[in-house]
Amino acid sequence: MNGVHDLGGLQSFGPVRPEPDEPAFHDDWERRTLGMTLAMGALGLWNIDQMRHLRESLPPAQYLSSSYYEIWQQALEDAVGTLGLLDDPPEGVHARSAEELLATVSARGSYERPTSTGPRYAVGQRVRARDLNPVGHTRLPRYARGRVGTVVAVRGAHVFPDRNAVPLGQRPDTAPEWLYTVDLSGRELWGEDADPTLTVSVDAWEPYLEEAP
Amino acid sequence: MGHDHDHDHDGEGTAYSSLSPMDARVRALETLLTERGLVDRAALDAVVERYEKEVGPHNGAQVVAKAWAEPDYRRWLLEDADAAIASLGHVGRQGEHMVAVENTPERHNMVVCTLCSCYPWPVLGLPPVWYKSPAYRSKAVIDPRGVLADFGVTLPQDMQIKVWDSTAEVRYLVVPMRPEGTEGLSQEQLTALVTRDSMIGTGLARAPHEVSA
Repeated sequence: MNGVHDLGGLQSFGPVRPEPDEPAFHDDWERRTLGMTLAMGALGLWNIDQMRHLRESLPPAQYLSSSYYEIWQQALEDAVGTLGLLDDPPEGVHARSAEELLATVSARGSYERPTSTGPRYAVGQRVRARDLNPVGHTRLPRYARGRVGTVVAVRGAHVFPDRNAVPLGQRPDTAPEWLYTVDLSGRELWGEDADPTLTVSVDAWEPYLEEAP
Repeated sequence: MGHDHDHDHDGEGTAYSSLSPMDARVRALETLLTERGLVDRAALDAVVERYEKEVGPHNGAQVVAKAWAEPDYRRWLLEDADAAIASLGHVGRQGEHMVAVENTPERHNMVVCTLCSCYPWPVLGLPPVWYKSPAYRSKAVIDPRGVLADFGVTLPQDMQIKVWDSTAEVRYLVVPMRPEGTEGLSQEQLTALVTRDSMIGTGLARAPHEVSA
């Protein structure tokens, strides 16, 4: 989706302002929002890509004027509402205990999945990021689309977000695609005035890429 | 800031009468989810405490100091960060596919997530507000030297800058350069030199004189 969450390369947001004392939370509700997001996420009613898509689907003005935990809270409320969890709690789904939840967040998960196909691209190969503009969730940033780069790593076959982020309540498609790290030069991305020392890499699934000369 | 803390003019405590709109919203959702048996308050408290108090940049600093001190560990970390980091017990959510990238006199690394807030929680804890801000996410990929200037850091003009945009579930940990004059320090003393920002790439490791009292 071409949304305002896809921020790479925009120039109108001013300087980065680190906070001097930098509290982990700026209000107690932020703690509760984080906790609820993790606790509800652990119930398996949605996956990480569905939740990301809910967040990035907020109206642009709301997204940009919300703090990050406000965005999380809004998306959580949207998910709860869409699934009707308050009116009609799903049978057999019950709150994780403290012990269960801590075990879940401390577990060694993986997004890698077995696949019967080999990777189409190899380290060192030139590839072009395809010009894709899907209305659903995607993880290919706009600044990379159409640009040519070099594969620098093959990361294995991973769950493909574009198919995993099905509408809430539908069964996700976790069929994996090969994942690559692709280097793009600053000049390729930003033109001849770009910093000549700059390289930017994106992690791109195979369907995002095509062969380049 | 929390309105429930700000209105305490007479020192008597008036929190009950001044919930902010966000406080009220978040408490309402927590109550409703708890009543329906989807969330357990003790689990919420436990998971928030885990991320507020236990998981943090001290984990990453331990990894970096060990890599500085032990060449075998450094090699392992650069080849198989998942295993090398897990060997120190730092595993869990948002650290499923770790990659360590090393700063050298020729190349400086910086990590961003332009699309949301991807961040290696097991080694760095929760991301700071600036990391999730539009200012950082937009600027890091087009003007990383400008970002560094916002943090008061200037690098040589001919140093290569590599920006890793975390667009998949791969999570990057920057291994900053070991400061000069630290040959005699223990791993524990080295740990104190490794700042959170130096492991994101918006800062450098501290010199010994910057931390000594």
